[in-house]
Amino acid sequence: MSDPVTLDELAAERSIIVCCGSGGVGKTTTAAAVALQAARLGRRACVVTIDPARRLANSLGLDALTNSPTEIAGSWPGELHALMLDPKGTFDDLVHRYADSSEQAEGILSNRIYRNLTGALSGTQEYMAMEKLYELSDEGGFDLIVVDTPPTRNALDFLDAPRRLTRFLENKVFRVLMMPTRASLRVMGVAAQGLLKAISKVAGGDIVRDAVTFFQAFEGMEEGFRTRAARVRVLLAEPTTAFILVASPRPDSVDEAVHFSSKLTDAGMSATALIVNRVQPRFADDSLLADLPAVPDGAAGSALADLVENLQGFTAASDREEKTYGDLVADVAPAPVARVPLLNSDVHDLGGLATIADLLFVDHGETTAAGPADGESSSSAG
Amino acid sequence: MDVSAFCRQSNVLIVAGKGGVGKTTMVAALARMAADEGLSVLVVELEGRRGITSAFGDGGDLGYAGTVLTAAGADDLDDPGSDETAMPAGTVHARMITPDDALLEYLADHGLRRMSKRLQSSGVLDVVASAIPGIKDILVLGKIKQIERSGVADLILVDAPATGHTMTFLSSASGLLDAARGGPVRTQAADVVELLTDPARCQVALVTLPEEMPVNEVVEAAYQLEDKVGIALGPVITNACYAPLEGLDHPATEAAASAGVALDDAALAALEEARVFRVTRQDLQREQLERLAAELPLPQLCAPFLFSATIGPEELDILAASLAAGIGELSEPEGRSQSVRS
Repeated sequence: MSDPVTLDELAAERSIIVCCGSGGVGKTTTAAAVALQAARLGRRACVVTIDPARRLANSLGLDALTNSPTEIAGSWPGELHALMLDPKGTFDDLVHRYADSSEQAEGILSNRIYRNLTGALSGTQEYMAMEKLYELSDEGGFDLIVVDTPPTRNALDFLDAPRRLTRFLENKVFRVLMMPTRASLRVMGVAAQGLLKAISKVAGGDIVRDAVTFFQAFEGMEEGFRTRAARVRVLLAEPTTAFILVASPRPDSVDEAVHFSSKLTDAGMSATALIVNRVQPRFADDSLLADLPAVPDGAAGSALADLVENLQGFTAASDREEKTYGDLVADVAPAPVARVPLLNSDVHDLGGLATIADLLFVDHGETTAAGPADGESSSSAG
Repeated sequence: MDVSAFCRQSNVLIVAGKGGVGKTTMVAALARMAADEGLSVLVVELEGRRGITSAFGDGGDLGYAGTVLTAAGADDLDDPGSDETAMPAGTVHARMITPDDALLEYLADHGLRRMSKRLQSSGVLDVVASAIPGIKDILVLGKIKQIERSGVADLILVDAPATGHTMTFLSSASGLLDAARGGPVRTQAADVVELLTDPARCQVALVTLPEEMPVNEVVEAAYQLEDKVGIALGPVITNACYAPLEGLDHPATEAAASAGVALDDAALAALEEARVFRVTRQDLQREQLERLAAELPLPQLCAPFLFSATIGPEELDILAASLAAGIGELSEPEGRSQSVRS
């Protein structure tokens, strides 16, 4: 997919859109607005959210943790569904799916290591998001699925997640421990014993027992996980899948987006579009500022001087922001770039999402949404 | 309240808040301010961020060994800081503490140096981390505790993980105390709990923005931190507050007329739009600050919105001065620490 596309085309034509970016950049809201746009175009859309702000979750009917899609009522020709990912529940479903018997499944589900896996093994949440995506794409019958990705730290992302989990489940040390009699592995076995002794010394012997039980319980299931992970990879590489990078104009968020972009390139994919949220509004172009007559000194001019200072401040802020994410824009080219200005209220209802969708989709490609939006969404009586 | 006294309220100040509120910037500003008061400051980064070095005009990488951000004199620049040598007054050092590094050191301290690399590369650590939730957090906090006990710095500023994770991070110790039956890890957890619950040793400063959702979240976080972690709360810092500007009360046409300056329609429109935008945002800001004060009985500090997108040494000075001015206006605390439940 090297042809540049517009955001409108993405919402109208793609089957999967993955939104990626660091935390706090409005990723969830963006994902929901994209799904809403698809519904407005008459498509059957579903947004998979990870950790929506409570009021947005409420307005989407997600106040209770629901791991399956809920339809959101609204006046659009298509359908809008939403679900909030429950990584643990998704993992449990997977275990049930691949266990040979319900005893094996129960054995895994009650194991201490398993119970902590979703929280402690970094990448598990990402993997479960991808797993959910696969399930929905396979069985959900949606025209478009939009996935919000977990806010990653250390830029570990969903692309690595399936591999990490598989590596965990295939852990050599424990595998070897489970079959200590095989002569060819005896040398390795000694090393493994040493490692386990080390762990026991620091953390206690019951940990080792739990771990061995865990891996024994998983015996024979890794293949299912691996196949599934491979299918997710294929799905992500489909030409009908798009990646939208979401960033704010802050340096750390831009760094993260650049990193994501390079990760995608490494994986043979590319960012399909970039959305920069919360950009400072721009009220004047450079020539207008240059042509402003000098403000006379003294009390009479002071109010005007303040207003000029204010206008210059916003313009300078906007300039610097542009510079901050300029490399990112160049990096993702020819992907379209959309800028969503700082709104005056948080988005926490469908009206607010519609405002964002209007800003994103009214114009095509690299356009700046005109002027500061006033965020009419606010029904903010809370 | 006296700024120096403020900086000396606790040995460790954990700066926490949701992603995107400018936590690292506030850490840098607090460090600048404390160093200006003559304290030696150690900034601890946890998540691989490098904003702290660029704020001090360095922009280099941050490692486990630490780096000097500002030195009292040029001679000190080569001193990378260490666990034993006291840092000179008025300096800011920074170091990154990752769970992996902390673990390697921990294992080495327990006579397992040779083993440690292999533990990591073989993936066994992932297994251990899953078996003992919070072990990584405990190792990091344990390292911070060790630095605090060594007394190398007057103030240790910790750039905490984003709020959701901060709760997990800080409650890991008490969670582990309940779970672990014995061994060195349990001892470590007990030491960490002792640190976190002693207001003279450790407090939390929450950072937020003058907007609806960030204010909601900071209120919730404050109660949770007090209830679940039992940690003392310092002031709430609201970042990116627009500074008052008198002229904003006057519409552009009126301001131009009274200044006797003729402006074309485009210029007037731009000035007016920018004015209305800022006035609207300032109204929202005031509303949110009042709500914050009503819902959270903690001292409040505001840091100004800076029109520059990047934070460098110059911006840092402005922010530090502004925080110091805010602290000057705070009343002296009655007890050693605040409570949101009082």
